[in-house]
Amino acid sequence: MNNAIQIENLVLELNGAPILRGVSFGIGQGECVSIIGPNGAGKTTLLRCLLGMYPYKGSAKIGGTECRGYDSRALARQVSYVPQTHDIEFPLAVYDFVMMGRYPYLSALSPAQKQDEDAVERALQITGTEKFRNRTLRTLSGGERQKVYIAAALAQETPVILLDEPATFLDWRHQTEVMTLLKKINVECGATILAVNHDLNSAAHWSDRIIALKDGRTLFTGTPQELIQPAPLETLFETAFVRKKTLAPASESIVDATPPSRPQERQKRDGGVASTL
Amino acid sequence: MKTKFTILTLLALAALVAFPLIGSTDVLHDPMGREILMKLRIPRVLTAFLAGIALAASGMIFQALFRNPLATPDTLGVSGGAALGATVWMRFGAPLLFAGVAGASIAGFFGALGTVLLVYGLARAKSGFSSATLLLAGVAVNLFFSSLILLMQYFSDPGETFRMIRWLMGGFSVVGFTTPINLAVFTAIGLIIAALLTREMNLLLTGEELAGARGVNVDRTKKLLFFSASLMTGAAVAFCGPIAFVGLMVPHIGRQIIGSDHRKLFPAVILLGGAFLVVCDGLARTLLAPVEMPAGLITSLLGGPFFLWLLLRKA
Repeated sequence: MNNAIQIENLVLELNGAPILRGVSFGIGQGECVSIIGPNGAGKTTLLRCLLGMYPYKGSAKIGGTECRGYDSRALARQVSYVPQTHDIEFPLAVYDFVMMGRYPYLSALSPAQKQDEDAVERALQITGTEKFRNRTLRTLSGGERQKVYIAAALAQETPVILLDEPATFLDWRHQTEVMTLLKKINVECGATILAVNHDLNSAAHWSDRIIALKDGRTLFTGTPQELIQPAPLETLFETAFVRKKTLAPASESIVDATPPSRPQERQKRDGGVASTL
Repeated sequence: MKTKFTILTLLALAALVAFPLIGSTDVLHDPMGREILMKLRIPRVLTAFLAGIALAASGMIFQALFRNPLATPDTLGVSGGAALGATVWMRFGAPLLFAGVAGASIAGFFGALGTVLLVYGLARAKSGFSSATLLLAGVAVNLFFSSLILLMQYFSDPGETFRMIRWLMGGFSVVGFTTPINLAVFTAIGLIIAALLTREMNLLLTGEELAGARGVNVDRTKKLLFFSASLMTGAAVAFCGPIAFVGLMVPHIGRQIIGSDHRKLFPAVILLGGAFLVVCDGLARTLLAPVEMPAGLITSLLGGPFFLWLLLRKA
């Protein structure tokens, strides 16, 4: 069986500046994977390549077919997306917004069919957003709105869901709710999930695997247990990390970053030169 | 929803039927009056109706494209561009080729399209379409085009200058059916394109990135919508002058009544836009009868305060 996502030596330049310099990894069907990395590592750009928005070099396959080989609707039946920011100036109703997820299945003049309405109902139900169906997006809180965005991606009924920092702007309770919801979608609907995540604790807790990007390259792929160690994290973020506990329940913090200290002190504390991966 | 559309349809029909009959001359009971009805009033009301549709629909399309409720043919400077195109044609082109009205429309279309691409590029370069960038770019473009139009007036003879000023005020003083038929052709092409893209306009409201991820061919959609809105604005401005604020007020009122779903908003905006300009023109003809005012004055008098109210409410 094909991997859900297979990326080989992906290279992308935008306006002459190299953004991705050779990213390679594969994600199996039904896996739940986080991408981490410092700002500017190319995480969002990588997602956009998978959405067919950039003319990349190398290979990026979804469902065994090159992303740039799909037409826009066919690709939207393979992969759905939850963006980082939600700025909509107009009062859109939640139900109408989730129905937009059915776009790749509808032709210009045909109205929504029974199966489209069913897909929307299922998505609203799984995400627990049925009660908002007649409200407008603007009247919802950040956490509620994020669930509606996830519902719209679910209504798209794609084998792969990409998310760009799904919990970054949420309070702790809503972060947990959103991440639990994603895990539920992963387990119950069998969707392959790839999310950019800035929160190492949450990435470690809910991902099967973590991919670390730095300077447009894959620095590391592996299990959370392998990555969440001071040495690889220091290489990745160029700051000092202190391990507080062994990998443990989500409520406990796994890693704590401390501000960068002078190199000599850092070496002393780590007991030697930080290993490069 | 059905009731709302029935009311809007009746409103539009009532405006179309009633306003040719209203005016300073009784048009039903003597032969001279009937002549006025057939040759002046009916063509005039039809022209106003079509221009209203064209400008209101363009406003709605620009708002979806720029994802901003303040984007309109006027605020973006597109009407100014169309006016410049049409003026250049009237001043230099028409004597050279043929005096057909369609020529001015095509020139207006190129003026409108050029402007919208310019403003879109400017706003996009500043990352995102913030109201501030859009409105400032629109103001600058409008001023620049007005100066060019003034320059042309300055070097025209007095008769020509008067005609241009009168045209720039915006109005529907037409004789016979040539103008409404020409305007109908341009408007119909624009409307058909937009009608096929109502779902795409909904998706554009959520952002180009997300629209693309949902399967919209964003580049093609944008090109078609730019074409459609420029065609309609260009024709309306070339035939009737830059009638301001229709593209702002009508889509806004439509959203209050129908909501933001373009599949329903689009027909509502067509009905409302047509009726709105017919009523404005009716007021312009009758308020100070027998003196006729240009309809553009009425829309500006209504639209200026409305725009300020919208701006303040947003802030």
